[in-house]
Amino acid sequence: MILKKGAEADLYLEDFKDVFGFDFYNEKIVIKKRVKKNYRINEIDDMIRGFRTVKEAKIINKAKISGVYSPALYLVDLKEKSIVMEYINGIRLKEHFSSKGLDKKIGFQIGKSVGSMHKAGIIHGDLTTSNMILSDGKVYFIDFGLSEESEEIEKQGIDVHLLRQALESTHFDISEELFKIIIEGYSDVVGNKKKDEILQRIEQIEKRGRYRKRD
Amino acid sequence: MISLGIEGTAHTLGVGIVSEECVLSNVTDSYCSDGGIHPREAADHHANVIGSVMGKSLSEAGIKKDEVDLISFSMGPGLGPCLRIVASAARSLSINLNVPIIGVNHCVAHVEIGRFTTRAKDPVTLYVSGGNTQILAYAEGKYRVFGETLDVGIGNMQDTFGRELGIGFPCGKQIDDLSSKGRNYLQLPYTIKGMDFSFSGLLTESIKKLKTNSQEDVTFSLMETAYSLVVEASERAMSHTEKNELLLTGGVASSKRLKEMCSTMCVERDATLFVPPPPLCRDNGAMIAYQGLLEYSNGKRMEIEDTIIKQKWRTDEVEVNWV
Repeated sequence: MILKKGAEADLYLEDFKDVFGFDFYNEKIVIKKRVKKNYRINEIDDMIRGFRTVKEAKIINKAKISGVYSPALYLVDLKEKSIVMEYINGIRLKEHFSSKGLDKKIGFQIGKSVGSMHKAGIIHGDLTTSNMILSDGKVYFIDFGLSEESEEIEKQGIDVHLLRQALESTHFDISEELFKIIIEGYSDVVGNKKKDEILQRIEQIEKRGRYRKRD
Repeated sequence: MISLGIEGTAHTLGVGIVSEECVLSNVTDSYCSDGGIHPREAADHHANVIGSVMGKSLSEAGIKKDEVDLISFSMGPGLGPCLRIVASAARSLSINLNVPIIGVNHCVAHVEIGRFTTRAKDPVTLYVSGGNTQILAYAEGKYRVFGETLDVGIGNMQDTFGRELGIGFPCGKQIDDLSSKGRNYLQLPYTIKGMDFSFSGLLTESIKKLKTNSQEDVTFSLMETAYSLVVEASERAMSHTEKNELLLTGGVASSKRLKEMCSTMCVERDATLFVPPPPLCRDNGAMIAYQGLLEYSNGKRMEIEDTIIKQKWRTDEVEVNWV
């Protein structure tokens, strides 16, 4: 069954049993297939889909080790550019915040997880509330296709800047307060000094952008 | 109601006249140079041609000066010296003709003239020009910026690269022609961060590659990469906002290859692509006239003292009450 036609991948929801031939506690799995995009030339298309599939497989695991909730990987097919992984049954934080408004506990959790990733040398690369799933009170991070391994403060800064931008465009009514709480959670993991460095860097990044001004 | 709009944020001075129903005239005159825009020179250019451009625009529209009901002008964002010339002209016209004045946001005007002429309802807009490269969509009273360049505009990057090849400014057309002759793709940095993208690393690496590769191949690789970036970011924005229309506008929208790529992307996701006619994609006065008309008829009023230019006026600072 098709679960979602995303911007870069099609997601299918299947029974574990139908794919692997035996049942595993009634679990369901997700097949994420990065589809060919005919608008770009083959050379670019192959490179992008290949790179992202490898990155996702590699870094999803690393994120787990750093203590961040993410789906378990069951199969990686680099020829087909597809990944089979655990299905996280829950709702996207995009919907959660839209219906529930500001949820401080969840905001703090987001910040802690982003902090843990950065501490472990992971840049998520696409931190939006569409890429976070709330299941059983836990925030799962998905979609590591744009992620990379780096400890550079510049990249960490952009990571957090993107999250802020995503909040502003999607959750404009609560974005300011939510971002503040996320930063508290972030600081809880990385420490005050590092948090200040990141906030300073974000300011620089945003000034560099076109016509950006912030009070 | 007849609205006369003056555009002059960068290298183009334009005067357009519109009514509620249609664009009556749209005349432009652009500053050219061997190396990018010198703001003072561009402003001088605008001051020199504004009289004749305005005369031509009025006569093409078949409108007399005293039939104009509203003066609109580009109040920002853009180059200070250019904006000041246009603002001064608009203020004196408004006082002289005793008609209201509206200063509008250039980027928002691009979107609205696009919606007006293509009948797109609620699109994600890919706005690509020299200074601006943004992905915009309407949500709750504003055009929100979903993605944008982290450094330079795509046209700006093209012009800088063109300068390395000895092509004069602006050089989009020639770069596109050169690109279409390239055959071999050279691997270049592909930098996308969420829905934001960056061109500076791509530009630096392309210039390096010119030493050992043909101009055609490097240009081809550069432009295919740059266009892929903005099309991918647009698709992400469409997916994220769950909108199924794409409006492609701005000066770089005249690129055949970019249009083709947007069109393929839209077909593959059952969405519709809208592209305004080229004179309304480029910087022009008609879009300013239309934007002023739109805001005026939705209750906006400005006094002369409110018409101070805003060089760094962000798209998402504009309150939108007409959608």
